[in-house]
Amino acid sequence: MLMKGSQIVMECLLEQGVDTVFGYPGGTILNIYDEFELHGYNQKIRHYLTAHEQGASHAADGYARSTGKVGVCFATSGPGATNLVTGIATAYYDSSPVVCITVNVADSLMGKDTFQEVDITGITMPITKCNFLVKDVNELADVIREAFAIARSGRPGPVLIDITKNVTAAEAEYEYLPVSEHPNHGRLATLLRRSNREIKIPEPDQGDIDKLLELIAQSQRPMVLVGGGVIRSKGAVPEFRRFIETLDAPVGSTIMGGGACPGNHPLFTGMVGMHGSHASNMATAECDLLIAIGCRFSDRVATDPPSFAKNAKIVHIDIDRAEIDKNVKTYHHIIGDARRVLELLNAGLEQHDYTAWKAQVFARKELPLKKDDILHAHEILETISDLTNGDAIIATDVGQHQMWSCQYYHFSRPGQLLTSGGFGTMGFGLGAAMGAKVGNPDKVVVHCTGDGCFRMNCHELATVEHYDIPVITVIFDNRTLGMVRQWQNLIYDKRFSQTTLDRGPDFVKLAEAYGLKGFRAKNQAEFADAFKQALEAGCGCVIDCAIDIDAMVHPMVSGGTPVTDFLLH
Amino acid sequence: MLTTIKRHTLSVLVENSAGVLSQVSRLFSRKGYNIESLAVGTTDDPEVSRITIEVMCGEQQIGQIINQLRKQFSVYSVRLLPPEQSIRRELVLIKVKAESREVRNEVIQIANIFRASIIDVSTRSLTLAIIGQESKDDALEKLLSEFGILELVRTGMVALERGEATIRNNSSNKVRDEFDLGKNIL
Repeated sequence: MLMKGSQIVMECLLEQGVDTVFGYPGGTILNIYDEFELHGYNQKIRHYLTAHEQGASHAADGYARSTGKVGVCFATSGPGATNLVTGIATAYYDSSPVVCITVNVADSLMGKDTFQEVDITGITMPITKCNFLVKDVNELADVIREAFAIARSGRPGPVLIDITKNVTAAEAEYEYLPVSEHPNHGRLATLLRRSNREIKIPEPDQGDIDKLLELIAQSQRPMVLVGGGVIRSKGAVPEFRRFIETLDAPVGSTIMGGGACPGNHPLFTGMVGMHGSHASNMATAECDLLIAIGCRFSDRVATDPPSFAKNAKIVHIDIDRAEIDKNVKTYHHIIGDARRVLELLNAGLEQHDYTAWKAQVFARKELPLKKDDILHAHEILETISDLTNGDAIIATDVGQHQMWSCQYYHFSRPGQLLTSGGFGTMGFGLGAAMGAKVGNPDKVVVHCTGDGCFRMNCHELATVEHYDIPVITVIFDNRTLGMVRQWQNLIYDKRFSQTTLDRGPDFVKLAEAYGLKGFRAKNQAEFADAFKQALEAGCGCVIDCAIDIDAMVHPMVSGGTPVTDFLLH
Repeated sequence: MLTTIKRHTLSVLVENSAGVLSQVSRLFSRKGYNIESLAVGTTDDPEVSRITIEVMCGEQQIGQIINQLRKQFSVYSVRLLPPEQSIRRELVLIKVKAESREVRNEVIQIANIFRASIIDVSTRSLTLAIIGQESKDDALEKLLSEFGILELVRTGMVALERGEATIRNNSSNKVRDEFDLGKNIL
């Protein structure tokens, strides 16, 4: 059927089963936005107009992380496109499948510093899995199909499609093609053929699997380190739990691995790394076999790569071959999708019993949690957990509240923790929470944030109000950039340069100004009361929690030092 | 950790499309390595281009760059060419000042010795073309410099492996399969 490029975009989104798009219109993308009205695509695709394109990119990301589907966002050319950049980088670092569609100026105006023209494919090259510039309407459908396939396959990631405005107005033949047929057609077929790849799902190497089983048989003190790869791999979590329970080994997690192993599981030692638990970090140094699944040994985990797991043979399981030996030297690796690798491992693994080794690991105690009349971070998170039966989706921003959320909330399923672990994007949380709530309307979605982070993108409260997206924002309000202050406290001799936030706004009034409900809490009872009211309110709520300006995240290891050298414990 | 900096020659088969060259070259600039030489052209398949890159860096760094290259969707094959088993050549054009018959004759003689060809003559200059490797090119350049080199341009090294080995059949199948597994779109 002959149709305009703008309509082909909509049809291709429907091919992919997309029913939700976050975005912001503008001059060049008008043809696409017109389709919502002109051909009634607003009946099939719900568009959420955010306050800022960055919010749209985080919402698409949060939607993708919490549903496992590809998130989609729209933006216009120039500043619209560059406003997506932080969101794209955030998705890239945490391997989240997002497709961003931007429209550039017309082909004839490109390269002339035209109004709102920018080379967005050039700008996003280092932060996308792949990106495309479409200048021929006949290629449009194929490019969109390829973009979705790339975004969700292998190690997922963001893909950007930049379309020239004239392409959105030009006409081409469009034929509906089901997703299962896409690899046999057009660009995808060429891509597979040219790379000498067969059109079949590849398998991990059985020899590599057997070698790991042998290493397990020889090991006295195995440990498992789980990362985001297990979260992203569809159906991997049940296989993972079977694996750890059969192996009976302690399990540490990276921040992105949160939810792979239930937080209250008897084998779970907590996070590993800079704010890793005492048990986790010491176990990495004492184990003789470290099985790392879907993680990349970032500098926040392997704070000092040469000494990391120095007594262990490191076995790295990942889908991205480029991660092997990138940050730490490994003894053995298995390349493949986490679910499939774990399935094959489970098929050959016998029940182990490491009672003595586990006793050694779990004998390590953490600092006792404070209980007095002021409000503490762990009390906030315990209350949220109690009042939501541990079932809420938690979206965080970045800093102390993020670490506390990971330490004190027990995640039990993939997609329950939405956090910018790799890129560390302050301002990620509210957009991500909106995306998660839209994608999971029956779940409670809590946005944990700090007063610094919340200021960055709190304008999205307008979106929360307009579309009636009842997310609960909990501000860990210490009137400072807490994590930076913690470093200044410990490393910079208490010189609190530019971190004190002794300024407005009044967050409760701000919430009310946006037509939402605001609460204040100064102790656990007040917080519990406010949170209960927020749960019942059925609208977006903001709870401003006053916490101590000098509260710190424990434990802590400085960057560049071994994970066993605690600066704070 | 002690790293020995040396010259590495990489051959890369890529999709012949806009943006691929910058995608490849940014992996070098990202880590602050200056590309010594770069040559790009289509292959026997017009939809596939071959990029030959020479870069000075350590063993570990080149390994990282190769891994990052291999995971790009537009990159089909990457091969680090072993120096002993590879032939490398570049074309150099040198425009020399030659305002008298004596000078022109002398330059022509030198060109003959080096098997360089004279590709342009005017009353005031001569342009030579030479195909070779650094040592030969450098020797010629040095000799010609006393007449005055007006301009010099290099194509960048192109290289192939000796014998029947090719970029497609010579990389370890296991490693290639491992990278392809990550790029699979099924």
